[in-house]
Amino acid sequence: MRSNRHTSLKLDWLSIILFLLLVGFGYLNILSASASGEITSYFDMSQPYGKQLVFIVFTLVLIVVVIAIEAKFYERFSSLIYLISILSLIGLFLFGKTVHGATSWYAIGGMTIQPSEFAKFATALAVAKYISDLQTNIKDIKHQLKTVLIILVPAFLILLQNDAGSTIVYAAFFFVFYREGIPQIYLIVGLGLVILGVSSLKFSAVPTAVGATILIFLYHFLVHKKKKRIFQPILLSLVSLVFIFGVQLFYNNILQPHQQDRISLWLRLEKDPVKLEAMKKNILYNLHESEKAISSGGVTGKGFMEGTRTIGKFVPEQHTDYIFSTVGEEWGFVGSSIVVILFVLLIIRLLHLAELQKSQFSRVYGYAVASILFIHFLINVGMVMGLIPTVGIPLPFFSYGGSSLWGFTILLFIFIKLDANRLNEW
Amino acid sequence: MRKLLLFLTVLSVGVIFLGRLFYLQVYSGQTYSINEDNAIRKVFHYPKRGYVYDRNGELLVANQPSYDVMVIPREVVPLDTLEFCSLLKITKEEFLKSFNRAKNYSPRLPSVLLAHLSKEDYAVLSEKMRKFQGFYIQKRSLREYQTNIGANVLGFIAEANQKIIEEDPFYKMGDLIGKQGIELSYENDLRGVKGVKYIQKDRFNRDIGPYKAGKFDVTPEPGKDITITIDAQLQEYGERLMQNKRGGIVAIEPQTGEILSLVSAPTYNPNLLVGRERSRNYTRLYNDTLSRPLIDRGLLRMHEPGSPFKALIALTALQEGAIDVNTTIRCNHGYVYGRNNRKMGCHCGGGQRNLNSGISKSCNAYFANAFRKTIEKYDDAHEAMNIWSDHIKSFGLGNFLGYDLSIGKKGNIPDGAYYDKWYPDFRWGATTIISNAIGQGEVLVTPIQLANMTAAIANRGYYYTPHIIKTIQGQSIDEKYTTRHETTIDKVHFEPVVQGLYDVFNKGTANFLRVPGIEICGKTGTAENFTKIDGVRTQLTDHSIFVAFAPKDDPKIAIAVFVENGYYGARWAGRIASLMIEKYIKGEVTLKQMEQLVLDKSLEDEYLKPYSGEPFTINQ
Repeated sequence: MRSNRHTSLKLDWLSIILFLLLVGFGYLNILSASASGEITSYFDMSQPYGKQLVFIVFTLVLIVVVIAIEAKFYERFSSLIYLISILSLIGLFLFGKTVHGATSWYAIGGMTIQPSEFAKFATALAVAKYISDLQTNIKDIKHQLKTVLIILVPAFLILLQNDAGSTIVYAAFFFVFYREGIPQIYLIVGLGLVILGVSSLKFSAVPTAVGATILIFLYHFLVHKKKKRIFQPILLSLVSLVFIFGVQLFYNNILQPHQQDRISLWLRLEKDPVKLEAMKKNILYNLHESEKAISSGGVTGKGFMEGTRTIGKFVPEQHTDYIFSTVGEEWGFVGSSIVVILFVLLIIRLLHLAELQKSQFSRVYGYAVASILFIHFLINVGMVMGLIPTVGIPLPFFSYGGSSLWGFTILLFIFIKLDANRLNEW
Repeated sequence: MRKLLLFLTVLSVGVIFLGRLFYLQVYSGQTYSINEDNAIRKVFHYPKRGYVYDRNGELLVANQPSYDVMVIPREVVPLDTLEFCSLLKITKEEFLKSFNRAKNYSPRLPSVLLAHLSKEDYAVLSEKMRKFQGFYIQKRSLREYQTNIGANVLGFIAEANQKIIEEDPFYKMGDLIGKQGIELSYENDLRGVKGVKYIQKDRFNRDIGPYKAGKFDVTPEPGKDITITIDAQLQEYGERLMQNKRGGIVAIEPQTGEILSLVSAPTYNPNLLVGRERSRNYTRLYNDTLSRPLIDRGLLRMHEPGSPFKALIALTALQEGAIDVNTTIRCNHGYVYGRNNRKMGCHCGGGQRNLNSGISKSCNAYFANAFRKTIEKYDDAHEAMNIWSDHIKSFGLGNFLGYDLSIGKKGNIPDGAYYDKWYPDFRWGATTIISNAIGQGEVLVTPIQLANMTAAIANRGYYYTPHIIKTIQGQSIDEKYTTRHETTIDKVHFEPVVQGLYDVFNKGTANFLRVPGIEICGKTGTAENFTKIDGVRTQLTDHSIFVAFAPKDDPKIAIAVFVENGYYGARWAGRIASLMIEKYIKGEVTLKQMEQLVLDKSLEDEYLKPYSGEPFTINQ
């Protein structure tokens, strides 16, 4: 009893309160977005809001279980958890159910489970375990490659299942690696590649290539002043050139048409007004409606269960990926700002806690949790507000869906447990 | 440093998101209005527009249903245009033109595609309407006139224009609004309350039930019926008498200020401005720049008052003590004044003139003298003119009367400042402006001002603001129409002037206009007028003017008649005034011969003279 009490006191209640606020507010918006007509029962299992309430109840049980398990378990069994997760992803190729073109679900009875939602915390555990291993030196290229491999396996499997959105989430681990000490050059190269890629699409390949080459040589001769070693800038330029044309090739030949259109709209590549109009009608419909719903909310919103665009179901998939538009419409600027602030607070709190960890395992894991939540938040809210291209991933704790709610809950509470245990480490 | 990368990224993203939200919701988001929300369908129900009755309860204006085909361009799905056009009985070109106009106006707001379907077309179309998505039939109520008279008073309704729609959210594209006459003045009472039902739509544009269980729905309320002060019989008679003439008749009940008739000639049949032909007919009337039937001459025609103004000259002179009842002067067929012995002519026959004969014989010399004495009573002509002007203005001249029709003219009553401006370097005096004494010069009035002035004399010193409204569905009317306006003239001075006006009929210029059994007081007036033909100032036949009230001691009607180019006052205006008075007081006309003479008279030849291009004679 005493030790239990002791542990509970050390739980980070701020994170837990932020978590509960997000889940609770999320539920209210799901209720609003999915209710049609009279609500007969809040546990109406034929409606998303009924199911979500059950998911939330089950989540509370899950939290107790996650907290109850001894902290050392997660480190010790991380490899096993990772392995099971990978197997569950592979299993999808045999038993998976396809929804909206993505083969990401197991159908068990009346329920569906999406293993990719659980693969996130499994991968985070595996990465934390590997990096915190005393034999691992993150500055060593071999170890870097191995770490990346841990991420690439699930990411690649998910991509094969045609769920590109969930694949992008694994980019979150870059923040983890950077924190753990991979060379600065990766950040520079990473940023450089992003700029080159966008520029290649936006301004076409040749001008980008010329511009990049000029910049590289200018830097080499004027800043570095190593006039004799001409080999380095040439190599760098060649790599850039390959990348620039590679992006073009990837965009034109590998991306599917709907993905091309999303990027094209985002970068405003299409100049033909007729085609643009058609694209907007097809692709932009969701975005257009979601932006309008948010905008129509004004400062204080139309009120809970009173959003006319939500009631009229103008935004497709509103209770899942587009849930934030309900917040915008019904709770206005005030409500949506509060959600944004809650997320920022939670992520920063997690970062802060991660830095306080004494064990590297806990720190790396905590950092991974914050990074994954951040990427979801960035992509989902950014997409719903029309800031970034459409990528279908849920808003953590907020969007409808059992797997995603449970996945994120486990992800978060393992860290809360690790954190609660940090004083008992040694 | 490495610890900060994610931290700073998270913070920046948070700030960017808040900025984006601010942009979407606060900066570019308008205040939410259910009427602007295109997730909500608005279904309008137009109530019955208020009926209009005359003072005797005769129904003048009722309603008829009308059906407009409306379109919301955004909601239109490809349709069988051929079938639709044949149902609407229009060509495909007309359809496309109308449709594109609607689309240009707004893709998401309803516009009128085709107005005023016939009942038969409506019956056929309404069954097939559901085949054509994005189109619907809107029922409205149009006017149905039970009469052919009073177009200028009744006014008309027409589609609200863009400017009105922008200024007043009550009106939507295709809504009807009063544009003239009482339809305009009493629009807010007549229109009633438009019913609205708010219906929640889904993204496939299907109705999914009343928005918030109909909490915001507005139940239509019928417009209020109004009774106007016009006597339809008298109005009709006046319009008949004015046929083939131009001018106006204004008759007022002096004891109340109620306008008994407001005739403008030429006029038009109010039924012309109803339904599909409305705009074509309107354009035709509007473009008739010769006879200008849309101009209400009773309210808008400014002219010199001529001799009726002498009654006010007499009253102001009496009030100022410049003359008294017994003042006499000798008229030598005119009035000689000024250093150069300028002479104002007079047609009264000459001889000794006192107040009574001065009025009844309309002696110019007598009033030139009276006016001069009034002004010269004061040392300063400027001050004197101001005092005089205030007296005259207390009869409701020189400014808008404040009646409840939206059009009017101020007229002009000069004061000291007016002449200071005219003669900046010259010491003007009574003789400079002596023409005012006989209602010429700078004085300008409208027929309704003249009628009101007559009513004030009939009342011996006060008037009520003339008005057209009698009751609004039982409610009492605005207080400003039941407030007495006193003139600045003492009551005692009226009796001798009224006696003079009575003697105009007894032994003066209107003795042949007497009506058996009715004691009428009146005054003839003749106003010279000019036009420009090829840039040359040319005199036209005088305007015929007459004011009268009756009975003398219990006035029931005060009237002003203005007949353009009708020659001397008694000739046409006087006859019309007598006939109108008899018609109103007796209910029938016994002066059949006079009536026939007026009805048969056409002045069209007179009006064509200036356009004939040939020399012509006037005042025949």
